[in-house]
Amino acid sequence: MEKIEKKLKEVTIRFAGDSGDGMQITGTQFTNTTAMMGNDLSTFPDYPAEIRAPQGTLFGVSGFQIHFGSAEINTPGDNCDVLVAMNAAALKVNLRGLIPGGAIIANTDGFNDKNLKLAKYATNPLKDDSLSSYKVYQTDITKLTTLALLDMNLSNKIVERTKNFFALGMMYWMYNRSIDQSIKWVQNKFKSKPEIVEANIRVLKAGWNFAETTEIFTVKYTVEPASLPKGKYRNITGNSATAIGLVAAAEKANLNLFLGTYPITPASDILHELSMYKEFNVRTFQAEDEIAAITSTIGASFGGSLAVTTTSGPGIALKTEAIGLAVMVELPLIIINVQRGGPSTGLPTKTEQADLLQAVYGRNGEAPVPVVAASTPGDCFYTVFEAARIALKYMTPVFCLTDGYLANGSEPWVIPDANSLPDISTKFRKDPNNYLPYLRNAETLAREWAIPGTPGLEHRIGGLEKEDKTGNINYEPENHEKMVHLRAEKIERIANDIPLAKPEGDASGDLLVLGWGGTYGAIRTAVSTHRKNGMSVSHLHLRHLNPFPKNLGEVLYNFKKILIPEINLGQLSKLIRAKYLVPALSYNKVQGLPFTARELEIKIESILSGDLK
Amino acid sequence: MSTLVDEVVTKSETASVKYTAKDFQTDQDVRWCPGCGDYSILAQVQRIIPDFNFPREKTVFVSGIGCSSRFPYYMETYGVHGIHGRATTIASGLKMTRPELQVWVVTGDGDGLSIGGNHLIHLIRRNLDINILLFNNQIYGLTKGQYSPTSEFGKVTKSTPQGSIDNPFNPVTLALGSSGTFVARTMDRDPKHMQTVIKRGVQHRGTSFIEIYQNCNVFNDGAFFHFTEKESKDENSVILEHGKPLIFGKAKDKGVRLDGFTPKVVSLTDGKYSANDLLIHNENDSTLAFILGNMSYNPELPRPFGIFLDTAEHCYEDEMQKQIDLAIQKKGKGNLEKLLNGGDTWFIN
Repeated sequence: MEKIEKKLKEVTIRFAGDSGDGMQITGTQFTNTTAMMGNDLSTFPDYPAEIRAPQGTLFGVSGFQIHFGSAEINTPGDNCDVLVAMNAAALKVNLRGLIPGGAIIANTDGFNDKNLKLAKYATNPLKDDSLSSYKVYQTDITKLTTLALLDMNLSNKIVERTKNFFALGMMYWMYNRSIDQSIKWVQNKFKSKPEIVEANIRVLKAGWNFAETTEIFTVKYTVEPASLPKGKYRNITGNSATAIGLVAAAEKANLNLFLGTYPITPASDILHELSMYKEFNVRTFQAEDEIAAITSTIGASFGGSLAVTTTSGPGIALKTEAIGLAVMVELPLIIINVQRGGPSTGLPTKTEQADLLQAVYGRNGEAPVPVVAASTPGDCFYTVFEAARIALKYMTPVFCLTDGYLANGSEPWVIPDANSLPDISTKFRKDPNNYLPYLRNAETLAREWAIPGTPGLEHRIGGLEKEDKTGNINYEPENHEKMVHLRAEKIERIANDIPLAKPEGDASGDLLVLGWGGTYGAIRTAVSTHRKNGMSVSHLHLRHLNPFPKNLGEVLYNFKKILIPEINLGQLSKLIRAKYLVPALSYNKVQGLPFTARELEIKIESILSGDLK
Repeated sequence: MSTLVDEVVTKSETASVKYTAKDFQTDQDVRWCPGCGDYSILAQVQRIIPDFNFPREKTVFVSGIGCSSRFPYYMETYGVHGIHGRATTIASGLKMTRPELQVWVVTGDGDGLSIGGNHLIHLIRRNLDINILLFNNQIYGLTKGQYSPTSEFGKVTKSTPQGSIDNPFNPVTLALGSSGTFVARTMDRDPKHMQTVIKRGVQHRGTSFIEIYQNCNVFNDGAFFHFTEKESKDENSVILEHGKPLIFGKAKDKGVRLDGFTPKVVSLTDGKYSANDLLIHNENDSTLAFILGNMSYNPELPRPFGIFLDTAEHCYEDEMQKQIDLAIQKKGKGNLEKLLNGGDTWFIN
């Protein structure tokens, strides 16, 4: 039959099914293909903490949302235009995110009596009128998948596992994407299992062909490539960008990389990835616990490695004492916190920004630690590189904050030129004459790095208070006060060595939206929408959270109002109010979810209209 | 090793000068209580360490918290005085990244077996080539006299006025149970024995775990006098020597004999048994090591001192290096440009 072709500027699709249905793979495949077609995009995987939650249940639903377009895309989309629902529970959980009039592609086999009961539907929503305000496309994906594989005599389990590729094939057809990239992926992934390769390719093609022939689908959409900045691109997740950022930093510093870590969601993928880069002399150590993880890095740092520990909030809680030791012995260390919902075990797979104060203050004694935070998945690369630069130059542990949303989310990323990355090489002390462990560089106040194996520099360091210069144990009142000030001053001086704050938009005006971390995309979208409408609003996003950029106060004073949106109860707000004495407004959300751009638009609007009164 | 590390460190395995004990003394005042058993341990280590003829700058002492953990400040080598219980993990990270260093851990019964118990067993099972000296005084000294994980049941201390109600750890069997490859026990009052045992521990490739009975003359004076004092030690202790029968007693008139798997004390003077009937020590037998380890808290049996076990197993840091070498052999030395450009890429012009 005749199909109509329509052009779209942007679209958001959400794939949803059981946590065992392969929705993350489906979403990732669609993402990689879409990225290679030149669209700008942003993704949001949303999955339960349980690995294989009981089938068909509401709490077992796993989702993957992708927002792509021919224009600039900064968020994974507030709401979706299309919902692919593999079963009744997936529909129930995700329907509230679908726009009015949006499309539902439902696998009818996932709506049997058992599924309906588990999803707590009294009647079948595909058969009653409850979905009348949406376009519903009903397909028995399970049956069609089974038919496509009939002659292969595969087990039910394998057939069941390939049905996600039927859905993928349909979506590839609907949005005019090539299936080649996914075929290549399957061939590579299941190299040793030709049956699985064939089954997946067959089902993928079957999905595509079905959409092409069936009368159910009448419209096919085209989303043209975006006009992204020139360059060579790849799609990258935050955790992957963090991992290669660390390798890049070690290479540029001419040091070996050591990762001491303990598996924890959502940070473990950094370990998985780094463990594959041994040809870079990367040593990864899966320790017996979080404390062993960080203290092993202190040992490695003492030995002259670029040492890193990766974890999430509960892990930081355990590492706290060791971070204090690193502050005291003044050794370089990178501490990566991929934040998740807290407190305690909290929401392991959901995102939050509630560990900022823990990073800035969460230690006994006066123990200042520099803090940097990444703003997009690709920015994790540059942020962790910056963390390494600061750690090495100032001989200090540095916090690098990312979050679950950035870690698992992805975006097209301009591949940096390895040679253009800043040289962050450091020096070990070699000269045995007049060496004292706590002599400092006059400018940075950093002490020197003297590693075991260097003749004549034998020295002892530890957690007890040091005498200035010699580093000998010293409990004298004046010395302690001097050392506390020296350690604080060293961190404060980093402000002389980081870029000045520069808002996107005007340098002064009615409202400055001040953000940090993973809220970047949503704030940028909301602010630019209002700016297009002539509102006086600018956006400043902080990478350096301790110390702040030197001119931050001046920037803030140039705006009538300051709004600080955060996925916590106002932690940056507290820091800003305390330091700059400005009446910053907090806007907070703690649902384990990122802000939508629309939420921020409404908030900004209400503040600006209030201002006009 | 990275190029940068290569630029500064000594490559040689042999010291360029002949050291004496004095070369390993620092300018710091030793701050242990007068009469503390720690002085003897420090002296023995400083006495034997020149014998290895190993570069001083490649030697590192790592400790946690407690009286024993002040040790690194008194050794003219590299040193880290870490946090409570974590000497083992700091040392592990150092040894993994710098396997050519000689790394020592100095810990105590509180630091090593209580707060640091978890790390201790994991270091031992990984078998990194690290020398652990565990000073056991069966009391918390630095916090002024609470019972420790090795204090005997019923121990009356500041925190247990009615007596402690936990069963003590036996450090030797704990180390054996953690798949230890070198497990030994010695005492502060027998310098010669301590020197021999520590030397053997250093020579062992893999984790060497050495429990050292150490008298705390302030909070637990005389805890080991049974085994260390002239009048009583011969009757209450037995020295383990490889290939030799277990004979003890002032007159060498008693021995330990295996009855099935159960060690029993027999007389060598009543004509029933001779030295040929006794248990012959074999340092390489891990089953025997457990039997000997379990003799410790049996009042009917003499307490064994010496090397319980010395066996060969692969070391963690060697395996780590092998994997790196293999990766480089397979993929070539890491290329940053290639890594950045990994995966599917596309151009926007």
